[in-house]
Amino acid sequence: MNIVVLVKQVPDTSAERTLAGADHTLDRESADLVLDEIDERAAEEALTLKEDLGAEVTVVSMGPDAALEAIRKVLAMGADRGIHICDDGLRGADVVTTARVLAAAVRTVADVGLVLAGNATTDGQASAVPAMVADLLGLPQLTHARELNVDAGRVRAERETEHGETTLDAPLPALVSVTEKINEPRYPSFKGIMAAKKKPVETVGLDDLFPDADGTGFRTTRTRVVEAVPRPARVAGMRVTDDGSAGRRLVDHLIAQKLV
Amino acid sequence: MSGTPLKDPLDLLDIASVLTGEEREIQATVAKFLADRVRPHIGEWFENAHFARELAPELGKLGVLGMHLEGYGCAGTNAVSYGLACLELEAADSGFRSFVSVQGSLSMFSIWKWGSQEQKQEWLPRLAAGEAIGCFGLTEPDFGSNPSGMRTKAVRDGDDWILNGSKMWITNGGIADVATVWAQTEDGVRGFLVPRGTPGFTTQDIKQKMSLRASITSELYFDQVRLPDSARLPLAEGLRGPLSCLNEARFGILFGVLGAARDSLQAAIGYADSRVQFGKPISAFQLTQKKLTDMTVSLGGAALLAVHLGRLKDQHRIRPEQISVGKLNNVREAIAIARECRTVLGANGVSLEYSPLRHANNLESVRTYEGTDEMHTLVVGQAITGYPAFR
Repeated sequence: MNIVVLVKQVPDTSAERTLAGADHTLDRESADLVLDEIDERAAEEALTLKEDLGAEVTVVSMGPDAALEAIRKVLAMGADRGIHICDDGLRGADVVTTARVLAAAVRTVADVGLVLAGNATTDGQASAVPAMVADLLGLPQLTHARELNVDAGRVRAERETEHGETTLDAPLPALVSVTEKINEPRYPSFKGIMAAKKKPVETVGLDDLFPDADGTGFRTTRTRVVEAVPRPARVAGMRVTDDGSAGRRLVDHLIAQKLV
Repeated sequence: MSGTPLKDPLDLLDIASVLTGEEREIQATVAKFLADRVRPHIGEWFENAHFARELAPELGKLGVLGMHLEGYGCAGTNAVSYGLACLELEAADSGFRSFVSVQGSLSMFSIWKWGSQEQKQEWLPRLAAGEAIGCFGLTEPDFGSNPSGMRTKAVRDGDDWILNGSKMWITNGGIADVATVWAQTEDGVRGFLVPRGTPGFTTQDIKQKMSLRASITSELYFDQVRLPDSARLPLAEGLRGPLSCLNEARFGILFGVLGAARDSLQAAIGYADSRVQFGKPISAFQLTQKKLTDMTVSLGGAALLAVHLGRLKDQHRIRPEQISVGKLNNVREAIAIARECRTVLGANGVSLEYSPLRHANNLESVRTYEGTDEMHTLVVGQAITGYPAFR
């Protein structure tokens, strides 16, 4: 059985992140790029399953040249092989295009039993790609899993969202997206880091994934960022000295801010 | 008027640009592990003189222990990677770097280099995994810079050896499962592996240290300790045995201290940016900038020296006097930086909340062990003039 993990390289959430260029895409030049922290947990889950079930793990990432580092990190953690989807035509790809491309890449892997992904990436936060990939591949989707069990050809996931908790069960093959609660990812070992260099990574472009596509339409991403403004800087809070009227002034302020 | 302080003073010269991707990844992995597991607690551990032994298996799992050795469960990285791991460890605390140096470069290296197949098989995989802890006994109460005067003695008794004497300032001594012990014999200095629990072998931890408090330092005593000849490191003859191990450890130190200096400097730069006096951050004052500039310049030079020596080591052409240059210069610069950073922090600098004074105190030990400034000065002096001035 093959387990495919979908991962994305994102700007480090602990650093300043900016958009650049006329199309307001991420300024990769100035960002510290890291493997997305939720995707890293998806990778950890894949590797745990690999150890338990004896599966092979293929890591798939779409992104520019530098995204190879994110793939290498998962290989260093213990994955077996990588597919790097790298094509200038994918710059600024929206969630639909991303999902179509990722689904096409997953189709190139034989005997896929499970596709794992983070339930969202910390940059885009659309949280839509895993469900779309599942739909495109015709797989059952078990999203927002905080716990996962695979046994006898079935997968069971404890799904947790702000709306509540549910237990989902599906036959394999299936797609599972995980939340940051599912595990603590391992550190890559030095042996793993050194071995990762020798593991196969296939670089593919749009022509490889869609040899029959005529290009137009599909390659034009359907949405674009028209305008972006930075969040206004935080301003100092208001100090209310209680002279007996503080309660009323506080409520007035909250009403004025449309907070109540 | 607002400034964006440099996050890492080594970025001024883009030191990372002379490293390979693999070296940077290994460094980043160690840094992440320490940020998660050590940094949140290190001030407390230092204050309480606590060594977090439970981290040894975790360091083993990462591959840190004996990482530059080949085989027997060791990772087999290059020397520069080993240096960078030491740098990150010492950025957390010199005590952790000391633990790793002694485990990998003194205990494991002595067995790896001078041991029999049986000794290697017995100890190296467990030491690499952090399941067993090793120490290295060369220094004695009365013999530090001059180990050739050592009084610890091993004499033949039939097929066995009887070991008597004591060793002082031994990192990991009190918790070690195996001690590499150097002793005088009829034929000169020889090394022995003494397992914990061997009758007559006892240890006593040294308390009330003002330095390396998050690491264990002990005295070892040997009272009529009977050892089979299979405990002797068969390939080690003379002082060359222990000195070869010290060269390994010194290499780790000349990289490691960069970490203590970098961490001090990061604390100082961050503090100077947020500390407002006379209406502006103190980092905007010329005197503070001179301090930060001088320190960043000296750190950058020390880092380039370390990488250069690492490349020589990876080409197997490094000479002991070159390691002396690195140890002498980099520890001297690091302790100067840590002390100067304390002044930038003002009164806050004496609190354990900030790292510079802890680093400076740790570096007092680092300056002395593995060859004092004086000894390395004379080693370099001899290389320059041809005269050995320490004899």
